Amino acid sequence: MNLLVCISKTPDTTARITFKDDFTKFDESGIQFIMNPFDEFYSLVRAVELKEQFGGTVTVLNVGPAANDIIIRKALAIGADKAVRINAEPTSAYFVASQIAEYAKDKNFDIIFFGKETIDYNGGEVMGMVAEKLDLPFVHLASHLDVEGKTGKLDRDIEGGVEKVEVEMPFVVSASKGMAEQRIPNMRGIMMAKRKPLEVMEPIEVKDLVEIVKYELPKEKSGVKLIDPENVKELVRLLHEEAKVI
Amino acid sequence: MKILVFIDNRKNILKKADLELAYYGHSVAKKHGGDVVAMVVGSGVNAGDLGKFGAKEVINVPYNGSYDVAVFSNMISQIADQTGAELIVLPHNSSGKPLIGWLASKMNISSVTGVINIPEYIDDKPVFKKGVFSSKAFAYVKTLTDIAVVSLMPNSFSPEEVGNPVDVKTIEIDGGLPKVKVVGVEKVEGKVPLPEADIIVSGGRGMKGPENWGILEELAEVLGAATACSRPVSDVNWRPHTEHVGQTGIVVRPNLYIALGISGAIQHLAGVNNSKTIVVINKDPEAPFFKAADYGIVADLFEVVPELTKALKEYKSEK
Ligand SMILES: Cc1cc2nc3c(=O)[nH]c(=O)nc-3n(C[C@H](O)[C@H](O)[C@H](O)COP(=O)(O)OP(=O)(O)OC[C@H]3O[C@@H](n4cnc5c(N)ncnc54)[C@H](O)[C@@H]3O)c2cc1C
Repeated sequence: MNLLVCISKTPDTTARITFKDDFTKFDESGIQFIMNPFDEFYSLVRAVELKEQFGGTVTVLNVGPAANDIIIRKALAIGADKAVRINAEPTSAYFVASQIAEYAKDKNFDIIFFGKETIDYNGGEVMGMVAEKLDLPFVHLASHLDVEGKTGKLDRDIEGGVEKVEVEMPFVVSASKGMAEQRIPNMRGIMMAKRKPLEVMEPIEVKDLVEIVKYELPKEKSGVKLIDPENVKELVRLLHEEAKVI
Repeated sequence: MKILVFIDNRKNILKKADLELAYYGHSVAKKHGGDVVAMVVGSGVNAGDLGKFGAKEVINVPYNGSYDVAVFSNMISQIADQTGAELIVLPHNSSGKPLIGWLASKMNISSVTGVINIPEYIDDKPVFKKGVFSSKAFAYVKTLTDIAVVSLMPNSFSPEEVGNPVDVKTIEIDGGLPKVKVVGVEKVEGKVPLPEADIIVSGGRGMKGPENWGILEELAEVLGAATACSRPVSDVNWRPHTEHVGQTGIVVRPNLYIALGISGAIQHLAGVNNSKTIVVINKDPEAPFFKAADYGIVADLFEVVPELTKALKEYKSEK
């Protein structure tokens, strides 16, 4: 099976988010970067499992600068066979999707994997754009994926349940929680990752279709009102009269 | 300006999220001028009621096949062309999320997911607000093309009645054959889906074990609330992963979020920070969640939760 896994870099989940230049730019100083959890825990691991089951190749692809090689090596350590980095700042979903589609269009991938969204811009758009550009069937928010013959059998998360779907390869899928269990790379994997090929390619020219004008931080809460545990009626009163939520 | 709102109505019921879409379109039109066209894919039963919430025109596109992104996008782009829509609004849920990227790419137009505001215009282009960094911050995103598509975050606008039912016009569109086949649906009946819930009662490791969830569910029941949990709780399968809220789970924005035995780690807060009111019950006064809460009770949840349920029952019966 010929599998492509697109991975993204995001700030660590514990990162405190701040902005610079009058709230127009994300301040990266002091931020630890990680592989986007939805890409790492679910989509990458499931691709590696399918390769282990059926044979084939897992290629990881990242659109980003050289600093991203760290997370790419981690993906190789988890079990991908080779990597491609498209050497560009990922400025928007449309930009990234265009680069991925350009790379993938003549490679005959059976399944192209994504995490359901990144935990920084929370877009969840890149995969739909790639599927459209390549005219491939697309299943978003999949919490389960099996392959039988040429058919993918998936669970797609819907409100209050799952939809069971089937689709012929090739297709594009995005993973939500449940598709696989996180894998911690072992020593052997880390050593092998150093020798696996990482190809760097130059981007095609693409114009962004959106622009972030500014950022804002949520308002701080004014402080918690503590309620005496012996008097929960007071909480009920406050929720009704003050907060007006019941 | 024509505003096209997309409604997946294959189940023949208008959901709260659908009314929110019509009302959101109405609110944008009220501020910037224009009319709302609601496009209802499905049987179109009851679709005229969208007029009450702001739709000036309701178009039914009959369809009862599988959910397929390509088919739905073909239908939406054709109706957008026919109506001359400048803004297309999708729901930010399992029916709209998969469509937005595909549709933006197909129509070569700007897109913004999970919007929560009525846009302001800068240089003649609308600027949308959305949560980023899993609701640790917000971004204002300007769309640059003449037509834009956005997905509306559930629970961002409460729909109000602003008009009367309208006639439903039917337009047949061949969106092509679905390549993704839906072969079944497994649903937990009678439960409020988390992203749409007004009230959520959520449990953490402080609940000690799955056998203790009864007291949480009783509290949820009197409130008509959905139930949720922290990540470790779903990781050890005390609760299904569909209940996991936070940065790596579901991001929610209910009116009321009640946390029982959850410490309030930054990854958990990221998913619940946008709740209007937060109540925290934790026996540790130093738990970080209290800093993000509006109301708190420092106590053993096993003692205080049944008391709270009782007090709420009394309150409800007095009403
Ligand atoms: C990459 C990454 C992503 C993550 N994403 C998420 C996410 O999306 N969502 C998420 O929730 N977490 C996430 N986490 C985990 C997060 O860091 C915390 O570990 C987790 O939120 C803690 O869950 P908890 O509050 O249930 O448990 P704990 O931190 O163990 O807290 C239990 C709390 O219960 C209280 N308690 C105990 N007994 C009682 C009692 N009898 N009465 C009252 N209170 C009691 C304790 O005082 C304590 O505060 C993530 C972590 C990582 C590394």
